[in-house]
Amino acid sequence: MKIAFFPMCMIDMMYPEIGIAAVNVLERLGCELEMPDEQVCCGQGLINSGYTKEMIPVAKMMVDAYYRSEYETIVSLSGSCMNAIVNDYQVLFKDDPEYLERTRKLKERFFEFTDFIVNVLGVTDVGASFHDTVTYHKSCHLTRILGISEPPLLLLQNVEGLEYREMEHADRCCGFGGTFSFKQPVIAGEMVYEKCQTIIDTGANVVCGADAPCLLNIKGGLGRMRAEGKLDRDIRVMHIAQILDSKE
Amino acid sequence: MSILYNTEATLAERVDECLADDFKHNAIKAAQEAFYVKRGELVEEMGEGWQQLRMHAMEVRNHVTENLDYYVKQFAQNAEANGCVMHYAPSGDDALWEVLDIFESHGATYAVKSKSMMTEEVGLNEVLEETGIKITETDCAENILQTAESKPSHIVVPALHFNRSAIADIYREKRGYDGTDVPEEITHFLRKILRHEFMEAEVGIRGCNFAVASTGSVTLVTNEGNGRMVDSFPKVQIVFVGIDRIVPDLEALDTMMALLPRSAVGAKMTAYFSLDSGPRGTGEVDGPEDVHIILMDNGRHELANSEFQDMLRCMRCGACLNICPVYRHITGHGYGSIYPGPMGLVLTPGLVGYDDIDNMVYACSLCGACTEHCPVSIPIHDLVRQHRINIVNQGKNHKIEVPIFKALGLFWSNKPIYLAGMKLGAPIMELLGHDGALDASSTWIPVVKNWTSTRDFDILSKSRFRTWFKEHKAEQKNTEGGEQ
Repeated sequence: MKIAFFPMCMIDMMYPEIGIAAVNVLERLGCELEMPDEQVCCGQGLINSGYTKEMIPVAKMMVDAYYRSEYETIVSLSGSCMNAIVNDYQVLFKDDPEYLERTRKLKERFFEFTDFIVNVLGVTDVGASFHDTVTYHKSCHLTRILGISEPPLLLLQNVEGLEYREMEHADRCCGFGGTFSFKQPVIAGEMVYEKCQTIIDTGANVVCGADAPCLLNIKGGLGRMRAEGKLDRDIRVMHIAQILDSKE
Repeated sequence: MSILYNTEATLAERVDECLADDFKHNAIKAAQEAFYVKRGELVEEMGEGWQQLRMHAMEVRNHVTENLDYYVKQFAQNAEANGCVMHYAPSGDDALWEVLDIFESHGATYAVKSKSMMTEEVGLNEVLEETGIKITETDCAENILQTAESKPSHIVVPALHFNRSAIADIYREKRGYDGTDVPEEITHFLRKILRHEFMEAEVGIRGCNFAVASTGSVTLVTNEGNGRMVDSFPKVQIVFVGIDRIVPDLEALDTMMALLPRSAVGAKMTAYFSLDSGPRGTGEVDGPEDVHIILMDNGRHELANSEFQDMLRCMRCGACLNICPVYRHITGHGYGSIYPGPMGLVLTPGLVGYDDIDNMVYACSLCGACTEHCPVSIPIHDLVRQHRINIVNQGKNHKIEVPIFKALGLFWSNKPIYLAGMKLGAPIMELLGHDGALDASSTWIPVVKNWTSTRDFDILSKSRFRTWFKEHKAEQKNTEGGEQ
């Protein structure tokens, strides 16, 4: 199956290894991937801080990159950025019929990574093995707004050797929130410490998620807790794509 | 008290103060968990019915908002026909003047009150006290706040920030209480002093959860019975009704009442529910002789005609507070508004504008938990973001942040600049970082410190994913070529 891949900017900037893992998984499942080089960022941080005018060129660039007849199926490695493109762009382009129409069409073509594997490819066992204890953070926009909650868990359950441990309030916000985490560091800090504590309490050695920004935040919180002596062991922070790409 | 009650402190100062108070912080967290669990059980019990009820409630509330003038008039006419005296108050000040006139015309100087957000909105207690009128809050939590001269930390359970020994101390100091810290003993003491005040008061002041247009009735939902004393003992009754409290008929009221207690406190119903239609009738032994209804707008018409129209559906249940991951840490006091939490982030600036709210609307991660839990399906987090958009469009944003966001816009919409930024940024971050992350030692760097003051931040990768992808595709092509 031919698909266009949308990695999201943080994968390009900070975590190429997550993108590589996702490509490996998708190719192993028979997908042929393409990625427009013009894409940079969905620009969600701008609208969430109120800067719609500044976001329009960012969003247009993203729409132009993916709105192509040959891209019938687009797979996003982020729920939050996908939500920005398929939903927030409709707010942004409410007075621009041409881009509004393109955004609406994109909405039909966009699928989140785990949702795509389970509900489009119809695969729940990707053939991965990962012998460790894992907990999963349910990212807000992926779980709550896009309504994708089962696919990641189904995929994890079928990973050989993986022992899943549910954290308390797995769908409670980790405190990232884009520019929120810069604008309100004290509140965001409280939120992530609480999230980290629920992760620690599961006893799992690995925390995974399907949205890199949340993972950046959680990793930052765990790192700080470790440095301050509030955590006495290493907890690995992984993207679900990395687990699904594992043979360990 | 008016809507904003702590504008002397900034949001950051209020947040620091709240986080320093472990008791308050933990009490709010515990209350949130308790409400969340109880509400969840009831919602689950209703199955599909819950979503149907939400949809229906949304339709009912929207219908009233879209025909607001019609229903305001219908309610007013029917209440008047029931024998109530109607006072229409476009603003909070108008409401206060009307109340003062009522006190004067009845020669009254002593009032008891049951919890009412509309009276908080206009700062009624302070104004009455300034004119020499004694007013006693009769809701237990509100009485604690009034006695302690404290502010509400939750919209439904406002005295959560005091524990039993603090409450006992408040009454020891202010009201001569000499008992133990046992809650039952404190409430028994309060019951005794309040009973006396119910008997003595000339005026009862109360709010209204829903006003029924077809019958001209006002309703009151309480758990302590104080509301029923306030609306039946004093000879004169003043009812504060926000124009956004109106429902068309008793059937619509039934829908709203199925949602309200479940959403507010996780209960199927409250201990008391009053439906009052006018003053004491001929042959009736109790109830007020005169009922004055203050029908208050105070910015609601304006909200109804704005992008915040959906907010007029709000029934002040507090379900959004009980799920909010920010509220659980900063508590009601962090917001500095009588309307805290997610609903407060929409309603407060909607009513008072953007000039005095400091950074309030940024105290939200836009996680959407509020929207998911709202019994009348208000897109709360979208409306919070709409305020942010309005603030920028009206030029009321912090000027210092403008170049940052403009730069981000440029950076993200121009690939060469983005790539150049990565090339420059990656080695700099590597120099500043330790073990692949910027840690607590990087808090001297402006902007970066906004993150690293509380969390580590992974540094930029030396290589781009897009570069790998291109190489990967080229490799695939070569392999395919080789195979052919």
